[in-house]
Amino acid sequence: MAEIVLDKVTKRYPDGALAVQEVNLEIADGEFIILVGPSGCGKSTTLNMIAGLEDITDGELRIGGQRVNERAPKDRDIAMVFQSYALYPHMTVKENMAFPLRLAKVDNATVERKVSEAAEILDLTQHLDRKPSNLSGGQRQRVAMGRAIVRSPKAFLMDEPLSNLDAKLRVQMRTSVSRLQKQLGTTTVYVTHDQTEAMTLGDRVVVMRGGIVQQIGAPQFLYDNPANLFVAGFIGSPSMNFVPATIEDGSLRSALGTVTMTDRVRRLLEGADAPREVIMGIRPEHFEDAALVEASARSAGCTFDSQVEVLESMGSDKYAYFSLSGEAASAADLEDLAADAHAEDVPGGGISLVTRLSSASGAREGESAEIWFDADKVQLFDPSSGKNLTYTER
Amino acid sequence: MAGIGGAETTQKKVGWSLLNLVVVIYALFPVLWILSLSLKSSKTLADGNLIPREISFENYRNIFATTEFVRALANSIGIAIIATAIAVVFGTMAAYAIARLDFPGKNLLVGVSLLIAMFPQVSLVSPLFEIERGLGIFDTWPGLILPYITFALPLAIYTLSAFFREIPWELEKAAKMDGATPGQAFRKVIAPLAAPGVFTTAILVFIFCWNDFLFAISLTSTEQSRTVPAALSFFTGSSQFEDPAGSISAAAVVITIPIILFVLFFQRRIVAGLTSGAVKG
Repeated sequence: MAEIVLDKVTKRYPDGALAVQEVNLEIADGEFIILVGPSGCGKSTTLNMIAGLEDITDGELRIGGQRVNERAPKDRDIAMVFQSYALYPHMTVKENMAFPLRLAKVDNATVERKVSEAAEILDLTQHLDRKPSNLSGGQRQRVAMGRAIVRSPKAFLMDEPLSNLDAKLRVQMRTSVSRLQKQLGTTTVYVTHDQTEAMTLGDRVVVMRGGIVQQIGAPQFLYDNPANLFVAGFIGSPSMNFVPATIEDGSLRSALGTVTMTDRVRRLLEGADAPREVIMGIRPEHFEDAALVEASARSAGCTFDSQVEVLESMGSDKYAYFSLSGEAASAADLEDLAADAHAEDVPGGGISLVTRLSSASGAREGESAEIWFDADKVQLFDPSSGKNLTYTER
Repeated sequence: MAGIGGAETTQKKVGWSLLNLVVVIYALFPVLWILSLSLKSSKTLADGNLIPREISFENYRNIFATTEFVRALANSIGIAIIATAIAVVFGTMAAYAIARLDFPGKNLLVGVSLLIAMFPQVSLVSPLFEIERGLGIFDTWPGLILPYITFALPLAIYTLSAFFREIPWELEKAAKMDGATPGQAFRKVIAPLAAPGVFTTAILVFIFCWNDFLFAISLTSTEQSRTVPAALSFFTGSSQFEDPAGSISAAAVVITIPIILFVLFFQRRIVAGLTSGAVKG
């Protein structure tokens, strides 16, 4: 067990492409850290550099206080779980899990003991003599985990370990990965493109984009205080709504109507050098059916009328989708997000809104509904830089 | 109309069976003929019967009685095995490099090795003859092993690199993470998985070396290194009036047997789908 420090770690490929740019990250001993971002953001490259599978072009990587840039993977004492599991098909489950120990020339009795302990933890005891090809996806995933934990390494690296599982199993395994990590207390770096995994698993989340770290923080902090449009749009599902707005005499004019800025928002804006044209970000849960908002609370927000395009009832809440006329928010960050979601060619035309309403809402598909949103929860972004103008450290 | 994969009608089955039969007879009839000839005695050799009136092992006894054949058989086995072993070992290493690494001149290397395979061998016989005489390896085992390796390597590299490409690279990364040196990763993970490819290649190379006639006849002059295909052409009857067809047939049958054994032996090791289950599939 050890802390891992990335000091201005950079990866440049021979063709000049910059995959990872000056990543600074201090991972504490026993911490569970998540690298998240769209494909091609450099998260896997970063992980591979920690693993030693890719050379570090510039900067320093320290594990347990020692510089390890030049060390081969086998001398770094870290284990890795691959997206494809990478089990050795010619070996049984037991041989797969024993492989790292055999290479380390551990004596037979210890190998037996450690493998059976790991099998116990992962509930693989009855499968020890089977070959990987006869196992289900979830079992293979557990064998891959087992191979990582048997030799009690300094750190675990996991490269999208759950992305090959079906949805239900993924949720189950997510919980067990989390439990396992707590139980073993081993420093873990986990790469995923799934923001739900990022939110639920990590002690801290690192959001990356185009090889550059966008923001590092606890999941809830990132959710509440995204540093920029990209993080705001990436974290959260359904994602934050973005509406272009104009600042005029202490109020915000947008397709949702004109709303007076609350003191908090105004104070934050004064600190930031805000342009007149901004992008207003509102999380789906900060909307509510106006009929369900008490009169006293209404004044703290703003209401608008619109036709409900689609209504999805989830049981606990309802998701209402609206389409407002007007120009959709545009910024480089948002284009990146759309590209990642393969939504570039979804016919736009107007602003689409996702709102999460209480299940008691009487909104109906195809009918008009009056929707309220909380003015204090609004986040404002600079369209040119993508920076969050209402960002607070708290 | 029964489509592909649909229920097979009797008519269809009969049709296919007939077609298969024709192909099998066409392919095996010459073998049958040789077998028949080899089992006839010299008197009944030319009687035109496919099934010999009486089975006689006279021809087999005769060929094994001559050093000419026995020596050639030993040469054939020795030369083919040595050439196969060397070609497979070098081919494995080269194919691994080609499949895994990006190095300058990789495409050139592959192209040149293909070129060697495409070159008409007959045009190389005269230069080879001169070179080998100059080097003093004419009519020796190395004199045949060397050209065999040269011509078998492109084949070996090609077949093997296809197999190596099939092996997920992540397995090697996993082995490295598990603490293996590159050598250990290759020996303990990659090589066992490439085994079917290695055996397939070994069979192909062995058959190539075993069946070669052109080099065997041109680069040898005595029993010392003449292989069976070349030796067969020197077969004469026990007297000049005797037709050697019987002995040649017997020898032809005998040299087919090692090939069959070799293929059967290695075929068991070619387990299809050995890599399944390594990665999600």
